[in-house]
Amino acid sequence: MSLKASILTVLTMGECHGYQLRQEIESRTGGTWAINIGQIYTTLDRLERDGLIESSETNSDGQLRYRLTDQGLVEAHDWLNKPMATGPESRNELATKLALAVTIPGVDIAELIHAQRIQTMRHLQALTSAKRESNPQDASEIPWLLIADLNIFNCEAELRWLEHVEGTLTKSSARKLDPTHDLLDPAKRGRPARNT
Amino acid sequence: MSTEVLVDLVGVQKTYGTGENEVHALRGANLRVRAGELVAIMGASGSGKSTLLTIAGGLEMPTSGDVRIINESIPTLKQKDLARLRRQTIGYVFQDFNLIPSLTVLENVALPLELDGMKTKFARHAAMDALASMEISDLAKRFPDEISGGQRQRVAIARSFVGPRRVLLADEPTGALDSKTSESVIRAMRKRIDGGLAGILVTHDAKLAAWADRILVIRDGQIVDEVSGELTPQSFGAK
Repeated sequence: MSLKASILTVLTMGECHGYQLRQEIESRTGGTWAINIGQIYTTLDRLERDGLIESSETNSDGQLRYRLTDQGLVEAHDWLNKPMATGPESRNELATKLALAVTIPGVDIAELIHAQRIQTMRHLQALTSAKRESNPQDASEIPWLLIADLNIFNCEAELRWLEHVEGTLTKSSARKLDPTHDLLDPAKRGRPARNT
Repeated sequence: MSTEVLVDLVGVQKTYGTGENEVHALRGANLRVRAGELVAIMGASGSGKSTLLTIAGGLEMPTSGDVRIINESIPTLKQKDLARLRRQTIGYVFQDFNLIPSLTVLENVALPLELDGMKTKFARHAAMDALASMEISDLAKRFPDEISGGQRQRVAIARSFVGPRRVLLADEPTGALDSKTSESVIRAMRKRIDGGLAGILVTHDAKLAAWADRILVIRDGQIVDEVSGELTPQSFGAK
């Protein structure tokens, strides 16, 4: 999740100091995102360096306040209004793990998928259980519900994807498409050897 | 959740056909559901999920084993007592609603009570209460073809728990509904179960099953608790 974009977005509301930014982002995402204050300050430094924000004088408590530059405002509006790119950056760890696992000898892929399904189903149940306690008519719960719903739909998609992967692997094993057990020939692939 | 057991299936076996055509739909299934508890049953197509539900509801008899609904053993009941138990205690919700098109919403919901001998006036009063708890009182005078699919399913659920019913059995109750409507239907159903009913929900939909207190899977005609981690990929339908 983009901390940089979230900071810019909150700053469209007005000046904030670092700690305040953390509180704003956490409350506006329904308490689902715990952010380290150190990350906030590192990101603020980078945003200031890139000319997207500027700091003003310190307040009475000695806290530096930040505001958007014109460029920062454009960037915040772009992030809010344009669809997100999909591609390698949306690759998730589970897909990578399973893709690797089918090429590595000795991994029980069926067991791995099974264990993942149970884990995902439990997570889905826990999310739904929390949602049961919520009141969808209460406006203050909407930020949290939005994110809970995203997680619920992600869990459902993951379960369906795992089922699909299982079907694909059943077919490939019927066709005797075994995993590649050998490493690639280092002489043909990879980084060129350094001249000595 | 209370400790009162409303549904208790013990070693239930169900066999269809004989000889070479013999099919074992259930092989010693055990299931206990308490008041205030919703249990979801998942499993591959043809795994026996729906058979389990019809046996729990007294619509079919087990080949062997016992089915107890509030301490009454279904296989030992006389036909008229079984019919009474089904009418008074058990509510059913199916994917295709099963509403009677020539009756209004109110008449549909009141019907099970009237069939049970309750005076029309009292039956309709109870039906109005059931409609109110599903937040559809305003539909009382409409006919089934005048309301949406989601509203029809809410009516079907109201009918399933009208009067003194304690057990709610649902087979893919939101199968024909969109995601948002499904959620409002399961939320309403869950609320009713929290009030002291025992519910069994058969579904393919993981999102729906996640509303249950326990998610169980039928594999090889037996019920296995998913959370206990005793499942195999076949539990979820893998060949």
